[in-house]
Amino acid sequence: MNYRKHNLSFWSKLKRGESLTDSVFLLTITVSLFIAIYALSIIFLGDKGFSKIQMFFNLFNENAALIVIACGLSIVMITGSIDISVGGSTALICTACIVCLNNYNFNFVTTLILALGIGLVFGAVQGFLIAYLEMQPFIVTLAGMFLGRGLVALVEVNQIQVDNAGFEMLSGARILIPFLGDINKKGVFIQSKLEYGVIVAIIIVCLMFWILRKTNLGRSFYAVGGNSHSALLLGINVKRTRFHAHLLCGLLAGIGGFLYLFHTRSGSVQQATGLEMDAIAASIIGGTLLTGGVGNIFGTLFGVLTSGIVLLVVTAIGSQDPWWPQITRAAMLCFFIVLQSVICSRKKK
Amino acid sequence: MQNTVLTMQNIYKSFPGVRALHNVDFTLREGEIHALMGENGAGKSTLIKVLTGVYAKDAGEIYMKGTGKPVHIKSPQEAQRLGISTVYQEITLCPNLTVAENLFIGRTDDLFVDWKKYNSRAERILGGLKIPTKPTKQLSNCSIAVQQMVAIARAVDMDCKVLILDEPTSSLDEQEVAKLFTLMRELKGRGVGIIFVTHFLDQVYEVCDKITVLRNGELVGEYQIKDLPRVELVAKMMGKELGDLAEIHNEAQPSIMNSKEAIIEAEELTSTSGIKPFNFASHKGEVTGFAGLLGSGRSECVRAIYGADKVLKGKLRIKGENVNITTPIKAMKKGIGYLSEDRKRDGIIGDLSVRENIILALQVMRGFFRPFTKTQAQAFADEYISLLGIKTASADTPISSLSGGNQQKVILARWLLTHPDYLILDEPTRGIDIGTKVEIQKLVLKLASEGMSITFISSEIEEMLRTCSRLIVMRDLHVVGELKGDDMTQDKIMYTIAGGSNSK
Amino acid sequence: MTRNNNKLDTDRFASVLKALSRHRMFIPIAFLAFLLLINVFINPSFLRVSLGRDSTGSPVLIGNLINILNNATELVILTIGMTLVTASSRGQDISIGATVSIVGGVIMRVLCGNETQPTQLHAPILVALLLGCLAGIACGAFNGILVSKFNIQPMVATLILFTAGRSIGSMAMGGLKPKAAASFGYYGNFIPGFPVPTPILITIGAIVVTLFALKRTNLSLYTRAVGINDKASSLNGLNPALIKFLTFVILGLCVGIAGFVQSSRVQTVNPYTIVPSIEMDVILAVALGGNSLGGGKFNMTGSIVGAYTIQTLTSMLTTLNVNTNAVPVFKAVIIIILVAIQTPMLKSLFVKKVTLSNLTAGAGKERG
Repeated sequence: MNYRKHNLSFWSKLKRGESLTDSVFLLTITVSLFIAIYALSIIFLGDKGFSKIQMFFNLFNENAALIVIACGLSIVMITGSIDISVGGSTALICTACIVCLNNYNFNFVTTLILALGIGLVFGAVQGFLIAYLEMQPFIVTLAGMFLGRGLVALVEVNQIQVDNAGFEMLSGARILIPFLGDINKKGVFIQSKLEYGVIVAIIIVCLMFWILRKTNLGRSFYAVGGNSHSALLLGINVKRTRFHAHLLCGLLAGIGGFLYLFHTRSGSVQQATGLEMDAIAASIIGGTLLTGGVGNIFGTLFGVLTSGIVLLVVTAIGSQDPWWPQITRAAMLCFFIVLQSVICSRKKK
Repeated sequence: MQNTVLTMQNIYKSFPGVRALHNVDFTLREGEIHALMGENGAGKSTLIKVLTGVYAKDAGEIYMKGTGKPVHIKSPQEAQRLGISTVYQEITLCPNLTVAENLFIGRTDDLFVDWKKYNSRAERILGGLKIPTKPTKQLSNCSIAVQQMVAIARAVDMDCKVLILDEPTSSLDEQEVAKLFTLMRELKGRGVGIIFVTHFLDQVYEVCDKITVLRNGELVGEYQIKDLPRVELVAKMMGKELGDLAEIHNEAQPSIMNSKEAIIEAEELTSTSGIKPFNFASHKGEVTGFAGLLGSGRSECVRAIYGADKVLKGKLRIKGENVNITTPIKAMKKGIGYLSEDRKRDGIIGDLSVRENIILALQVMRGFFRPFTKTQAQAFADEYISLLGIKTASADTPISSLSGGNQQKVILARWLLTHPDYLILDEPTRGIDIGTKVEIQKLVLKLASEGMSITFISSEIEEMLRTCSRLIVMRDLHVVGELKGDDMTQDKIMYTIAGGSNSK
Repeated sequence: MTRNNNKLDTDRFASVLKALSRHRMFIPIAFLAFLLLINVFINPSFLRVSLGRDSTGSPVLIGNLINILNNATELVILTIGMTLVTASSRGQDISIGATVSIVGGVIMRVLCGNETQPTQLHAPILVALLLGCLAGIACGAFNGILVSKFNIQPMVATLILFTAGRSIGSMAMGGLKPKAAASFGYYGNFIPGFPVPTPILITIGAIVVTLFALKRTNLSLYTRAVGINDKASSLNGLNPALIKFLTFVILGLCVGIAGFVQSSRVQTVNPYTIVPSIEMDVILAVALGGNSLGGGKFNMTGSIVGAYTIQTLTSMLTTLNVNTNAVPVFKAVIIIILVAIQTPMLKSLFVKKVTLSNLTAGAGKERG
């Protein structure tokens, strides 16, 4: 009895060190980093396409799925948990949806339902194990990750492409941005294009921002992540809140997986490898603390954009060696994790 | 006769290896301030956590006013719904949320919240209680006292029938306590039943109507405040008649024959814990004590000597030789032992066996590549199990399944095995049964008479008076006085702790 | 009367359960026996070991059991390291597959230089082994510093190398896919003329060294102490950060040896597919061995038996024609079940009942 009491007061003391100002600080770093890198790349790598306006929109086009998935991860991380199964579930969603589109005459809506269903099942099962059985999130979602990829192999071993005219037509559609565009080598003005998936991603970012700020559920996520024992005593149903966080993350992984499919139109066992890492990295870069309780969805958005632009720069200046993107991602993750740890330990003193 | 608002009957609760509550009854009436008293480990906190749904009771019934049937409180939410609000000793709010959010979160099942409305309501509540903070301020940026007041404001605002205050005053200063008492009397007038847990006897006699005393998880009795003088209350809490307490003191006298050989001399020592530079010396065969309130810097002083906190400045001499102790292992090799304040957190290694817990310190001193053989380790363990009378099934039993007192003896054995010249005992008697407390005090005196230099720290001043021959008094991380001989009386210590200007 | 009988029954049940739980080897051994039984059922000649001849005419041991023992080498060696890391840092290293890839890459680069089909080795094998181990230790040290110095959760810290490792392995080989000369293959296959596969010998060596180290040093005591209560450990003179770091370095060494054996098997390395999902297998082996994934106490023998059990499961699934990529599905399900039954939630369901009945019985006695 005494043990629990003292242990908890110790933890609450530790936790008391962190604050939203850290998040703001980290967010400021991220936003300025993004702007600085983008500005520098326009100045020095303008000839490699960075000065084109389309480049900016491509940053969104390429990362729409990641933005949505990273939002989900931010939410579970704010709640003090984690989910590394999103890459696996994305791969599963892509392959399963393609098989259904190609062989079972699924249309756009039923495919979407299937994708959301898979995401929700992953979220619900993992959430149940983590919240109600109090299993370690990492172990549960690591198993989820391998389960997802393994199931891909059970569904279809080979890499497959979407072969469904209706779906391809929809996924090929672009929004033309009025008045914005680039002039190509022949001097022809080409309007900038935006994929529909980006609209979905932006809507979800705003929605999640609103949920986290303005709803009881959202504030409960912060409360549980900040100090779950206190949250319990404040009358918050901690287990249900954790479960909801994972369920929401699963739902967003489902939407994200669908956007991924919408963008790539292919599926394989090795698809979306390291996606979980990208999403976690984006959250961390955007100011979400690994210890929970602190985070900002717009930070996550900028986290995705920052890592996106850095990868583009690395590909542009580096040789064509295939290993650099992954190594750069990891280096960035490492930098921000260590930065966070240093800031937190400073604060504690 | 006033109406009963809460009745708890035959409550049982046990944890692995600990019987926390055994057949406890408790009754609370409307408009009553009811003190729940008992020593550390008596079961007060457990009873409260059972009442608030943090722990599930093993057996027993709880009745609330207006419900004919026994209620089953499974969660803090349910307790809140039944009108039971709680303010805990440690701040149980979320540091990463704002003050207003902390006031209102978890109280509705509404999906959406209008923070603007809540912020203005919070403004009114804070203003009404004169709490100096803003609703939109992040809680972790408020002082501890303000955080505690916010917690109380939350409980008060919930329109409760039963308000539980679990040692809420430990982090408040006098004025804040007075403000709290005014608030409590006001609520009493409104018919709220208040359960008040505190260690400060003055506060009990100032505001309470009734006292329920627990000891070792069992009910001692319920008393009207006017029927129970202080001395008797203390005796009931300790389970001792007044005569018993004097027993040890008599034995203590002969040991005050300290030699002049200083074992430890600290000069202007200060560490990262924020302790102000202090001087201290302990001699061969002497029992010294650090007295002061919780957080006054008692533990921080000895931790600095032991190297548990990083030493910033100052000199330390051991037997006249200048040493530079930066880590515990260096202190251990110089013959210092440190039994830490929080047994569960800093003392025992839960899942390791009693044997491994006993040999740990000596083993670490011996080195990584020279483990004891199992026979050697067993011999050490057996020796100290019988020497200290440790009650354990075998030396292979995990220490976590022993009772608190026996765990403490194991840790004591760990340090005695290293044969230190200077042994620091930081709250060695906290949360253990009275029998073991007495045994430990006797042991301290015996060790001192054999020539060991000992520092003994305890929250219970009487215990220090019985064992120590010299007391260092601390306040707000400063050493404010040193008492010995005839000066060592409860009153003198209190005056010194309170400071000259405040003494009555 | 009936109450007494009930009490007796619960007591007996409790004592049987206690006896079982005291045998921490119960789960891994029972599971291994169960799998072997199924295998024998599928293939009655499963347990047969015979002496055959390989393509060069040397005598070699052949049989399913030999294959399992042989193929489990990397798994067993990595499990040894992972058990220590789990115990001390209360988390797992999920980067081991990626770091094996780095080690493999380094070894191939050292042995083959920039050639894709060198006719002879560019450096002595011992140098390759040492550099490989050094690479493994460097990776372990990197993870160890993040965990012990910066207090980052092990799984988050190792996520970094988990992502970058395979790419670094590819970079180490300069993007080539060289195949080393056949003499390098002795360590992953057979030494000509000796019938026992070399990896089995290496495994035995590793196990013996481990058990010796656990007996002759305080590694076990220190690791457990730090894993159970690092604050108390530090007040008892231990340096928890150093010990956590040390366990990661040991795991790094294990990765080095495992990477050496693995790359010697076919004398070539594909950094992106080498030891796929081995982190899952290793964590599963640790859990199966009766260790809590939450750290603290550990049972090295259990882990090793657990590792062999997992290898038996893998080979069984392969025999049943399950696609290699689909094998993790089964393991994921098993690990979830294994960890779920360890959770206090499910455990307490039983314990609560026992204490409650004891209590009421006791209370009855007092009043009666």
